[in-house]
Amino acid sequence: MHIPDGFVSTGTAAATWLASAGSIGYAVRRVNRELQERQVPLMGVTAAFIFAAQMMNFTVAGGTSGHLLGGALAAILLGPWAGMLVLTSVLAVQALLFQDGGLLALGANILNMAVVGVLVGWVVYTALRRLLGARTWATMVSGFAAAWLSVVVASLVAAAELAISGTSPWVVALPAMGLVHILIGIGEGMITVGVLAFLQAARPDLLTLRQPSEA
Amino acid sequence: MERLRKYWWVAGLLLAFGVAILSPLASPHPDGLERVAESEGFLDQAEDSPYQIIPDYSFPGIKNEAVATIVAGLVGTGLLFGVGYGLAWILRRRSEHAADEPQQTTDAS
Repeated sequence: MHIPDGFVSTGTAAATWLASAGSIGYAVRRVNRELQERQVPLMGVTAAFIFAAQMMNFTVAGGTSGHLLGGALAAILLGPWAGMLVLTSVLAVQALLFQDGGLLALGANILNMAVVGVLVGWVVYTALRRLLGARTWATMVSGFAAAWLSVVVASLVAAAELAISGTSPWVVALPAMGLVHILIGIGEGMITVGVLAFLQAARPDLLTLRQPSEA
Repeated sequence: MERLRKYWWVAGLLLAFGVAILSPLASPHPDGLERVAESEGFLDQAEDSPYQIIPDYSFPGIKNEAVATIVAGLVGTGLLFGVGYGLAWILRRRSEHAADEPQQTTDAS
């Protein structure tokens, strides 16, 4: 759901840039205080993987495709603040180097996928884990729900930006974006669970890196 | 074994490169937003970037489409590893003052 330039008005672009810049500033401060030495390579690998996975579009229905956004995955692996910086890095490189997502619209894209996507993923994942416990199945269920909802909510925020910009009316943009991303979110959930299951089998310690009990 | 534990991230990076190499197999269909823009008739409002470096995930100057996509994917994946690693390295909590601080999770309380 990378918004190109031309879809958002100047006012929307400016407002979303401000909101994103504020969020990134806060995330930088939190990461600066909290990121552990051994999380450094994980942040590199997560950014690399999410970039590569975002190239892997999968068909959802009737000639439409989607791809992993990775907000929930990054939040689960690194926590919300480092996750936000990872997604921001991916989106910035895509906009600057790959002409995927506009430059003026980059603030909106960061807000939707790096801020909203990551935070929704994080809140859903931690809330469900608190409810269901830390067993493997609970991790997978929480991961799927977090991934799915992060995509759906991010798409609705994107729709709101289109509506506020006057590009598409609310009654059109919200249901259209929501419906297609309900489907894309299922793919997001499956890939996220796949990665979590792989890590659970290969390196379960990476899933608990950010937890104090492991320190 | 100790070395294996320390350099696990090499395996992670290779996995990411593996995904990039498979990227020519990606679905060619428009994504969710593009599809909505098309059916709701605002796709033509999209403006081209003022410059192009690696447009459409296709490395310029390579005739074979699949190879151009793979090279673009490998470049981006490697670059993002560097950006993510570099950012983390700059921002990481220095271990000197890590010890006297109570361990804190990054929870959203």
